[in-house]
Amino acid sequence: MAMSASEITNMIKEALPDADVRIEDLRGDGDHYAAYITSAAFEGKSRVQQHQIVYAALQGKMGNELHALALQTFVPNS
Amino acid sequence: MENIIFERIKKEIAENDVVLFLKGTAIFPQCGFSAAVVQVLSQLGVAFDDFNVLEDNDIREGIKEFSNWPTIPQLYVKGEFIGGCDIVREMYETGELTDLLAEKGVSFNAAA
Repeated sequence: MAMSASEITNMIKEALPDADVRIEDLRGDGDHYAAYITSAAFEGKSRVQQHQIVYAALQGKMGNELHALALQTFVPNS
Repeated sequence: MENIIFERIKKEIAENDVVLFLKGTAIFPQCGFSAAVVQVLSQLGVAFDDFNVLEDNDIREGIKEFSNWPTIPQLYVKGEFIGGCDIVREMYETGELTDLLAEKGVSFNAAA
C-alpha cells in the first residue's frame, strides 16, 4: 500500500515537531515522492545521520510501503 | 546467523576501496536509483566493486541493518558508508564527492 503525502508529513512532524516539510508527488501516482525537510534536529549532523533521523520518523515504512522518497534535508538558517 | 552476514559485509567493504551494493550490476542496473549512482561513479571514472543484492537475499536484507539504512543502493568508500542515491547525487553536484574520494586516496578522473 502506498502512502499519501499527508501521512508522510504527519509522521515526520510527529517525530520532528519543528520540521518544515514540503512533499512533492513526482509522478502523481502516490508512490514516488520528493521530500524537502528543514529541522533544527539536523544541526551538526552528517547527511547520512540527517536522513537516518527521517527514516526513523517513518518507522520502517521507507523501503516498504514507501518505495521512493527522494530526500533533501536542511538546517534552518539562523 | 546475522553475524555471519555482517562478517561477509565487513569483508566485502574491507577488501574493496569502493563498493556499491545495488540492484543489478554496473553494466545492467535494474533499478533507477541504482543506475543513478552507477552513472555518477562511471562519470568520475571510479573503479568500484558492484555487489548485486538481487542475487543474494541475505546481503540484501543484512546491508539495510548493517548500515541502518532502509534502501538500496548503498555506497561504501574505504569501509565508510557514504549514503544512498540522494546523498551521492547531492555530493556529486556540490563537488563533495570528489573531495571525499581525494581525501580517501581513491583515484578518479578529475576532468569529469
